[in-house]
Amino acid sequence: VTGELVLFYLFASLALFSALAMVSFVHNVVAGVISLVVTMVSLAGIFVLLGAEFLGVVQIIVYAGAIMVLLLFVVMLLNLETDDFAPRSRARSLWKLVGSAAAVAFAALLALANRPQPGLTPPISGSIGGHRDIGLALFREFVLPFEVGGLILLSAIVGAVILAKRRVD
Amino acid sequence: MIPHEHVIGLSILLFSVGVIGALCRRNLIVILMSIELMLNAVNLAFIGFDRAWAARAIASASALPGAATAATPVDGQIFVLMVITVAVAEIVVGLVIVISLVRNRDSLDVEDASLLRW
Repeated sequence: VTGELVLFYLFASLALFSALAMVSFVHNVVAGVISLVVTMVSLAGIFVLLGAEFLGVVQIIVYAGAIMVLLLFVVMLLNLETDDFAPRSRARSLWKLVGSAAAVAFAALLALANRPQPGLTPPISGSIGGHRDIGLALFREFVLPFEVGGLILLSAIVGAVILAKRRVD
Repeated sequence: MIPHEHVIGLSILLFSVGVIGALCRRNLIVILMSIELMLNAVNLAFIGFDRAWAARAIASASALPGAATAATPVDGQIFVLMVITVAVAEIVVGLVIVISLVRNRDSLDVEDASLLRW
């Protein structure tokens, strides 16, 4: 067992545990957001371990930095730290159970199919393409998706401003 | 060396945790975070498959004489960048919808947002 594998299991258990904590923190949304930050940072560590250093950095800056701070700002600005909703009917809880059982069955099916493949090349431990390779690919063969991504962000900004604006009469 | 199956297995587990969170919680913000978790699990799977592909490319390049510095395929990582872009747009619009819902209904419960239900 190499140190790489030990670190992978450490980050993996941390990500899984904090994801479960995020889903099951019933009455504290802020704690849920913080545990999702822990998941994102552990996933960034896993990305670096897998050889995708650039995406590890992007994961920390964009996810753990920008998105989570935005979520935390909204939660704290709206003063919605707790959720004590009125209980709903028993039939709905039953459907929740059915949906969760379906999700678990789907995961089990995928996990059964996820076994070592004989024809696959054994894994490597170095980089799998740094910022130079990604930049060249992004501005050569993938330049159209790149531009479309810019358009998506622009329309998201415009939509957010229009929707969040208070109506002034 | 981290085996390929372990990466994909972690991705499956994180995705199903996200699915269960999106199904079982009634808080809109928690549902948004569960969707982000699912997108992250998909990103992990993309990087795992990209790594498998890069391993094959490097192995075949080192088998050929003279082609020492073959370009590694980064298509999976480009996909991850696109997923992150769309996830940012999604979370921004989702949070704005949350804000306007709180303004109009004064609640974060998805059950209160049933105006369009038939």
